[in-house]
Amino acid sequence: MTEFLQQLLNGVLLGAIYALIALGYTMVYGVLRFINFAHSDVFMLGAFVAWVSVEKLGLPTRSLLGGLGALLAAMSVCAALGVVIERLAYRPLRRRSTLTVLITAIGVSLLIQNVAQSPRLGFGPNPRAFPELFPSSQLHVGGLTVSTHQLGVLAVALVLLAVLYWIVHRTRIGTAMRALSFNATAASLVGIDNDRVISFTFGLGSALAGAGGVLYAMNYPSIDPLMGTLPGLKAFVAAVLGGIGNLPGAALGGLVIGLVETFVSGTRLSTFRDAIAFGILIAILLFRPAGLLGKPKVEKV
Amino acid sequence: MLEVQNLSVRYGAITALHGISLSVPAGGIVTLIGGNGAGKTTTLRAISGMVRPASGRIVFDGRDITGLPPHEIVRLGLAHSPEGRLVFANLTVMENLRMGAYLQRDARWIASELEHVFAMFPRLKERIDQAAGTLSGGEQQMLAIGRALMSRPRFLMLDEPSLGIAPLLVKEIFARLVELNRERSLPLLLVEQNAHLALEVSTHGYVLETGRVLLSDRSEVLRDSPQVRGAYLGG
Repeated sequence: MTEFLQQLLNGVLLGAIYALIALGYTMVYGVLRFINFAHSDVFMLGAFVAWVSVEKLGLPTRSLLGGLGALLAAMSVCAALGVVIERLAYRPLRRRSTLTVLITAIGVSLLIQNVAQSPRLGFGPNPRAFPELFPSSQLHVGGLTVSTHQLGVLAVALVLLAVLYWIVHRTRIGTAMRALSFNATAASLVGIDNDRVISFTFGLGSALAGAGGVLYAMNYPSIDPLMGTLPGLKAFVAAVLGGIGNLPGAALGGLVIGLVETFVSGTRLSTFRDAIAFGILIAILLFRPAGLLGKPKVEKV
Repeated sequence: MLEVQNLSVRYGAITALHGISLSVPAGGIVTLIGGNGAGKTTTLRAISGMVRPASGRIVFDGRDITGLPPHEIVRLGLAHSPEGRLVFANLTVMENLRMGAYLQRDARWIASELEHVFAMFPRLKERIDQAAGTLSGGEQQMLAIGRALMSRPRFLMLDEPSLGIAPLLVKEIFARLVELNRERSLPLLLVEQNAHLALEVSTHGYVLETGRVLLSDRSEVLRDSPQVRGAYLGG
């Protein structure tokens, strides 16, 4: 029972991080109808920005303020980066086919990975130890071992999800995002500047990915320029599982993938841990392509 | 108030409009009638910036708006309630109306426009928190018109407001539109399949055929023209 609860906690933590990344995929899909494959590299850069702000810029480690500072730095840099990527790589292709944009996204992803791996331009290919951002201690609740780090990860993820919900449902720009994702033409006819809303969407999604990168690195304390690929793909699966374009779906999908992966890791099937996510993707595409919370789209002719 | 001069629009190799000209005076109601493919919707789409004209000029209130993007044209006070209504089905009635006032920041001003729309279409008030996609066709049309009005336009274009709506509701909606035109002296440019109705409420009409203006005159003259009666009013 204790082990079950322990795994449940670990699964929820991992799931919350997947959810943060998945939301970026699904938001961008909502407004532009394509998968931004560079999203996982923005996630990676989030971890590196936090690393740089501690190791190179001297933010204190094991400090609440230092940790929050590194987190905010990662989110801001990633938000700016997301806006720049959209502006330079995707906006010029606005009237091209989705396939063109999709291939460009893969190109942007490879570019970021290779620049990051370059010892001269980036961080070099070797893994780096990720510093302890927040003060850490172990708490024992019943038979469970919980670190304050884990609680911090959970708290940050929940706060960010709540803020996102508030932005999307209670603010003018968030409502404009939903309007645009329903119909871009109708949105422009009420005076919405679609390009600005798309920029905002990239900024918001990338900030979440950056935060996800920091939280992920806090749990798996070694980072490298290719670290984004696998969590990125799993978060993408989470977004599809929940129903691509559907925000609560992405959060739910992330949670499911995180839980399944964690529980599988605890069994004899643990070597298949990573395969499970993709098994889920295949199953969902076969049996419920619209996802758990998505509504099947009827194509009008 | 609105002058369209020699407007041509092409979709790829197909020319949808061959240099049409029309004008809508301040306070007037002008209608475009004609069959499918005549270019009525394309004309509205070009005016509101949804499609870029191949040639010609569109002047709104003394300003050349040819080629401006839609969100800037709305900002100038020219609203377009599009074909097929295009209400935001995933948003509530209230959110749709608030999006109509997207460019407006003054909360009191928005509240007074909301009052006005609800007075015009009380049904919308009953459905305020309902997702727009769950409304009936007639209610969606009211919402589309209400949303366009929320920007407090100085000029309103409506594409097929009667399409797919029960005749009784069509009457109600048209009565509201005429009131609006009188009370606010809001000029209307109306595209209608139902030529009978359109020529009844409008002051001027243009008959379009395959992207050209076939006839234009005061509406009562068009109503009695044998050519229009034969082709569009069912004899």
